[in-house]
Amino acid sequence: MISDRPQDLRTDYDVTVVGGGPAGMAAALGARAAGAERVLLLDRDQEAGGILNQCIHAGFGLHWFGEELTGPEYAQRFFENVLEEDLDVLLGAYVLDAAAGDGVRVASPTVGLATVPSRAIVLAMGARERTRAAVRIPGSRPEGVMTAGFAQKLVNQEGYLPGRRVAILGSGDIGLIMARRLKLEGVDVTGVYELQPHANGSNRNIVQCLDDFDVPLHLATTIAEIRGRDRVEGIRVAPVGEDGRVDVAAGDDVACDTVLTSIGLIPENELSRTLRLRMDPATGGPVVGSAMETSRDGVFACGNVVHVHDLVDHVSQEADLAGRSAGAYATGSLLPEDNVRLVPGANVRACVPHTISTDRTHVVHLRVARAMEACTLRLGDVHERPLRYAVPGEMTTVKVRPRALEGFAGGTLRVDVVPREEGVKA
Amino acid sequence: MSTAGSPPPDRPSGGEVEHRTYLCTGCPLGCRLEVDAVDGDVVEVRGFSCKRGDAYARQEYTDPRRPLATTVAVRGGRWPRLPVKSAEALPKALLSDVAAYLHTLHLDAPVKLGDVVAHDVLGSGIDVVATRDLPADLDA
Ligand code: SF4
Repeated sequence: MISDRPQDLRTDYDVTVVGGGPAGMAAALGARAAGAERVLLLDRDQEAGGILNQCIHAGFGLHWFGEELTGPEYAQRFFENVLEEDLDVLLGAYVLDAAAGDGVRVASPTVGLATVPSRAIVLAMGARERTRAAVRIPGSRPEGVMTAGFAQKLVNQEGYLPGRRVAILGSGDIGLIMARRLKLEGVDVTGVYELQPHANGSNRNIVQCLDDFDVPLHLATTIAEIRGRDRVEGIRVAPVGEDGRVDVAAGDDVACDTVLTSIGLIPENELSRTLRLRMDPATGGPVVGSAMETSRDGVFACGNVVHVHDLVDHVSQEADLAGRSAGAYATGSLLPEDNVRLVPGANVRACVPHTISTDRTHVVHLRVARAMEACTLRLGDVHERPLRYAVPGEMTTVKVRPRALEGFAGGTLRVDVVPREEGVKA
Repeated sequence: MSTAGSPPPDRPSGGEVEHRTYLCTGCPLGCRLEVDAVDGDVVEVRGFSCKRGDAYARQEYTDPRRPLATTVAVRGGRWPRLPVKSAEALPKALLSDVAAYLHTLHLDAPVKLGDVVAHDVLGSGIDVVATRDLPADLDA
């Protein structure tokens, strides 16, 4: 059962995990698996599970559990393990501050204001959605404009519909999934408007969430204006040229009472900044080594705080590693050394982790800038391998084994994803 | 883009070749699949880059199925809605009807993950089950 249990906090935690979503739960379990006795999991919500609790659709768990689960099922399985392992869980807890080596300062209705001493901290705060303000849609400021994820919480947990006739800005997966969700609830969806000439969501969601329900997808189109005094009354949708210019005059007026935005996620890193962690502007998250350690001793990070993932299974894998590293650190083990720095090169926007080593096997995640079919991944001039495809909407994940870097003494490696011909070496 | 669609009831008969197109959902390559069928039987699939696409196009033509997830009203629970899913993928044509039926139900908390919310829903042979525990809300 997903529930909070009142906890007397200890004064000597090995590992404290900030955030009880998929990343936090896997990290806490990883810390215990690595031998940490005293593990604390903190979340500001009333139940653990994070965003999974409102993601009621299937599509989770194929990698981690070997079967397709819905979000709530995925969350509950993890939380049952947390309870079985008898980890300390404090819900309704807001972390105000953290200091490496000293622990975290937390406020909660049950413990009041407390400083929780902890040898290691794992940051697993996740991400939040970009809002209307991030894309500056002109027009008035009526009620009825909200993020797709917020609407998802209203519909799936609170039992409210956000409106009767809904327009969706952005073709991210959350927006597509909300289009289907609202159609199933009998709500009219005028369409999904995507600034780019290509959709951001998966093909599966385009077919199953839009085509199946006759929701039109308008590419190279944006919402140029939101109208309405108290409540949204309509929008002006307009084509976007190749140069990115919005042709307002060529647009159409569409009546609707609600606008949902599905325009991306931002890693939630206020706490990381309090800790003055080294940050990567490309990911929006902390710079991490191969053990998911940040630039500060004893502080680890995982999940969407580090970089926005597409698959929760990858979050769990990364968080398990972060938790194990934190557990090992807290119980006195030395972290393995990295001797290779990865630097994004051609068509690569970001790589995580930022450093790896030549003597261990690593899972490296890349985010490419442009879609490419049949391309080549290059690590400096040390290693290259073919990729069937690389697309911005799906994290490219590669395993780098010691054999791939054989003969390389260490240093900086540029990571490129290039068309196959260019990648071919004599 | 129009890709999916259940087999139309007005399928050509008498040996005429029927063409249908699908967007493959198997991976981001999104191959455009083309199906030729005669009298409701697939005779050729084109456009796939791997065998998953071939199987997908045949399935989409003959018996398209979709998983359904929605919520059901609950009294006295921590949340007023309980997430549920079809235990197996439903025939695509049934999705909206099953959702509309589920939205007429009212359950009482507590509910356990896996509890059957609707048995053999609308005669599909498929159960609808709860996808989480929903404890009773003690403050309610
Ligand atoms: S046919 Fe194969 S390669 Fe093409 S989209 Fe489907 S799964 Fe991908």
